[in-house]
Amino acid sequence: MLSLIDERYNFAFLDEGSKREIRRKTLKAVAIPGYQVPFASRELPIARGWGTGGLQLTLSLIGPKDVLKVIDQGSDDSVNAVSIRHLVENTAGIATTEETGEATIIQTRHRIPEQPLRENQILVFQVPLPEPLRVIEPREEITRRQHAEMDYSSMWLSLYEDIVHWGVVTVSHSYPCIAHGRYLFSPSPIPRWDIPKLNHAECLYLFGAGREKRIYAIPPYTDVLPLSFEDYPFEVESFVGRACCKCGSSDTFLNEIFDEASGQKIYQCSDTAFCKKRQREREI
Amino acid sequence: MGYVTVTGGKEAIVSANRLIRFYRLKDAAVPLDVKEIQSQMRLMIDRVMGEGGLYAPEYAAIALKQAEGDIAEAAFLLRAYRSTLPRSHYSLTVEPAQMRLIRRISSAFKDIPGGQMLGPTYDYTHRLIDFALTNENEDDIAAFIKDFRQEMDDAEQMPTFSKVIDVLRSEDLMDGMPESHAEATPFDVTMESLSFPAPRSARLQLLARGETGAMVALAYSSMRGYGAVHPTIGELRVGFVSVYIPYPFSDQAEGMPIYIGEILLTEVEIINSFAENKTADKARFSMGYGLCFGHNEPKAIAMAILESSLETQGTAPVQDQEFVLMHIDSVEANGFVSHLKLPHYVTFQSSLDRIRQTRNQPGKEEIDVIADRREV
Repeated sequence: MLSLIDERYNFAFLDEGSKREIRRKTLKAVAIPGYQVPFASRELPIARGWGTGGLQLTLSLIGPKDVLKVIDQGSDDSVNAVSIRHLVENTAGIATTEETGEATIIQTRHRIPEQPLRENQILVFQVPLPEPLRVIEPREEITRRQHAEMDYSSMWLSLYEDIVHWGVVTVSHSYPCIAHGRYLFSPSPIPRWDIPKLNHAECLYLFGAGREKRIYAIPPYTDVLPLSFEDYPFEVESFVGRACCKCGSSDTFLNEIFDEASGQKIYQCSDTAFCKKRQREREI
Repeated sequence: MGYVTVTGGKEAIVSANRLIRFYRLKDAAVPLDVKEIQSQMRLMIDRVMGEGGLYAPEYAAIALKQAEGDIAEAAFLLRAYRSTLPRSHYSLTVEPAQMRLIRRISSAFKDIPGGQMLGPTYDYTHRLIDFALTNENEDDIAAFIKDFRQEMDDAEQMPTFSKVIDVLRSEDLMDGMPESHAEATPFDVTMESLSFPAPRSARLQLLARGETGAMVALAYSSMRGYGAVHPTIGELRVGFVSVYIPYPFSDQAEGMPIYIGEILLTEVEIINSFAENKTADKARFSMGYGLCFGHNEPKAIAMAILESSLETQGTAPVQDQEFVLMHIDSVEANGFVSHLKLPHYVTFQSSLDRIRQTRNQPGKEEIDVIADRREV
């Protein structure tokens, strides 16, 4: 692997001026929960759309004493998580971990860890499409105005049309939520399973979209409510009657896997660190 | 083997990285010399610098070697490297009118002040594969270069020429320079996130580092009828311009600007139909402007067309700022399209849940397919 430990590169890759800008924009994002703050967005050695927004947040936040965990689809060992973790290790030389409880900063794609996060932890999301209204309105000029006027009628209407047409809301992931009674935001493509974890959490949630050049945040103890109707309440994914084939958990988000040997469908925790911990606790 | 296995991602990456090195070198008789790439792959270097947004011919050559000749990948390497550099100075505005020219043509006038100068162009070559290049040897090259240099020494030093467009301006047939914009500090797309409608300086910057193929395709759509711009090239020039920075050790502009080197640029000025020029007090042509790093004529022409097109009103894609400016960046477009290769099984699991729930609704058994509209 290409080694970047090289005096021609700054600590944590980005130059200090860029990091300062990202931290300033992050502070603004924390001050206005759910509001998408534009930022300049640097190019990084990993591709746009592969986690550069989250990575810029991570690189601008970490200091020499931080401990980083990186997950993709809940897994520490997913190739993109490994690649991002290597980049931070090689350019900052900081400690990394797979234990959710040990990390000070966790960068994630598509999941929130099962283990609740604490006050001194930050979860950094990689966000592909920060604009929740984009599926309805392609033009940024219009959606900015809709946010300014808190005009979310088009999103409500789209959910209503879903129910009329399909009988359920068909939005599977990236479920639109309201932050603290004001801004509609995209929680990134996490499953609906993870949405309740956003509400009144102890930790800070930061969202970075590199290609779209936006940062937003859900600070600790913020109201986060998914859009729903009184007679059609918000639903998380159902795993009724299923359990993880490795640790036996029936209260986690499960991936279904086809077992080649038996030809059967089996289930496994998406959060691999949590699964391993459960296995240890149950001495499996 | 699993796409994302519970363990093994680390080993897989290490192996993949060794494999690309192996594939790059397995049939190599000699390693490619970076200097040779830089000097013999001139136009590829120029594209990489232009799309990477960094004028660094040697680094572009290293990037091309590293990327096995993939232009998008090489431009991406330069962009990423750019992020590690502090912004120390802004140059003074370069002056293409003072360009040390290697090529200069006009399609608007047969005779232009100073004359047309074809320069190094493939435009009038016959596109026949030259099989003799297979056996090009060092003696042939040395003899050709020696003869050519001798002829060049006899020729006059190339003077600088005034702009063709100024001829039309002097007759008041062309829009003048917008006075108000002459000294304004430009928007910097590398330091600020864009908002719409974008200022012209931001539009020009994004076009200047856009992807050549994407821009040519969009410009072509305007010329074919999806838009209002089908111009005449007033002037196309390729040459070297000097770059100066303000004297850095004085708050007053006392010191002389400091010369830091010269860069090769392609500049295009197009003349647009006066019928589209709605702001003029009388019939006047409007100008479109293209400027990019290196020798890259298709890109500079496409840029001039697109920036003109964005000044017109209409429903064509190339008249929509967001449509054009958000989709021509090589690094962004390639990054997002290629991210589809990442695992998506959490989101897809979530979609499976919805299709099953939808099927389970009473009276909806006939529904077989649901297209998820937000796969990300």
